[in-house]
Amino acid sequence: MPSFSLNAWNVGRWLQTFRAMPNESTAKTLIVGIAVCLACSVLVSSAAVFLKPLHTANQEREREQHIREIVARLPGIRELFATVEAHQVEARVVNLMTGDYISGIDPATYDQGKAAQDPRQSLDLPPERDIAQIKRRASYAVVYLVKHEGQTKLVILPVHGSGYTSTLYGYLAVDIDTQRVMGLRFYEHGETPGLGAEVDNPKWLDKWQGKRIWDEAGRLRLGVAKGRVRADNPAAEYEVDGLSGATQTGLGITHLLRFWLGDDGFGPYLSKVRLQRD
Amino acid sequence: MADTPMRTLLDPVVNNNPITLQILGICSALAVTTNLSTAVTMSLALTTVLTLSNAVISLIRHHIPRTIRLIIQITLIASLVSVVDLLLKAYAYEMSKQLSVFVGLIVTNCIVLGRAEVFAMNHNVRLSALDGLGNGLGYSALLVLVGTIRELFGAGTIFGVQILPVIAEGGWYNPVALMLLPPSAFFIIGFLIWGLRSWQTDQVEEKEYHIQPLQERGEIHVRLPEPVH
Repeated sequence: MPSFSLNAWNVGRWLQTFRAMPNESTAKTLIVGIAVCLACSVLVSSAAVFLKPLHTANQEREREQHIREIVARLPGIRELFATVEAHQVEARVVNLMTGDYISGIDPATYDQGKAAQDPRQSLDLPPERDIAQIKRRASYAVVYLVKHEGQTKLVILPVHGSGYTSTLYGYLAVDIDTQRVMGLRFYEHGETPGLGAEVDNPKWLDKWQGKRIWDEAGRLRLGVAKGRVRADNPAAEYEVDGLSGATQTGLGITHLLRFWLGDDGFGPYLSKVRLQRD
Repeated sequence: MADTPMRTLLDPVVNNNPITLQILGICSALAVTTNLSTAVTMSLALTTVLTLSNAVISLIRHHIPRTIRLIIQITLIASLVSVVDLLLKAYAYEMSKQLSVFVGLIVTNCIVLGRAEVFAMNHNVRLSALDGLGNGLGYSALLVLVGTIRELFGAGTIFGVQILPVIAEGGWYNPVALMLLPPSAFFIIGFLIWGLRSWQTDQVEEKEYHIQPLQERGEIHVRLPEPVH
């Protein structure tokens, strides 16, 4: 009879030996340590595996909801689509370097945040170009085309960058001529409550609607002003009022918008969108 | 400390509250009490972890070698926290996003390791579970209290329902922005401790040192150091 056979008698004897061991012996220390670690890892990994489908579904739902919210919140959206429900949203993956659509990647599963950490799938930004302070930029990004009866009406771009105490993540909606902002919304940030966190205030977000992005010379002018912008100020066409007590947050938003609208962001893509339009 | 089940369960709620008496778990108490729903979720998460970790550690207490007991306790606590975190992400996604890292940080919550080491290591499973539950309830009571005060005066709402109509929406109440910032939790907890100790005077700690009175009579001699040339 092989000595490793697992019959009841053997198990009983092992348990007896185990119980007879002094607690402080090296053998028992090792056995207990390994057993606890094994049990815990089985517990945690089975929880992770069993709950995985729910986690993915939640993330997916969240992404869809952000897009739906930004679209539904846009002023003038009713005139554009008659009913908010009448629009379709199409997600496409864009190569940021060339501005072309990529067909080999599924936009539903592409994770831009993860790609930005992978040196093979992202670009290391030198400090002088990294105005949004994000260090690395993924090579591809998912854009959302909001369509009505097959015609693209809006382009929604994911944007992110450093604010005052956190990184802000949001969506910027641009009209099909890529000249004006149609809406802006942040879905994740950790700015100071009551001050920087006012970026979530719908009244402030509504001020972005209709702001021009570029001036006649093609310079990026969109941004947050310092303080209030008076209507007779020539910058009023491009800038929204600053949030009081949140100068750094406002500056961060200006920088992240200019980064993502600029040459290192969606610049090449937006030029192609414009060309197609002409 | 009495070991009857009832006292084990109820003592930590008021008489031996982990936050107000032992001043443990303050970090999360500051971070998650800006509104009531996160405070309640965090309380549930911590109470679950604390009860289970106390029970499991008590169950295997006779077989934990002393040399690695802290490692074993932390491993078990961390695993339970991970599972609770995963469950929240699956079934209460919005809430888990608001709580961000603070559910994960239950691992480092002094109350959990404290109860494991002080209580679960030398009491039976039933009492340990009750002790975990009791301390969880004590933590929860304080979090809910602080959360109520902060949400009501910071945003005029309770569980997101408008109670005090705020000026921004046409009401009369001007929210106290400080209530939404971490320092307000310090103030509130400080006042609560003050109140509690004025009522339950035996909770007042002994002074660590006494300042000696100056001699009534006679001059105070100050010896200057010798001048150095």
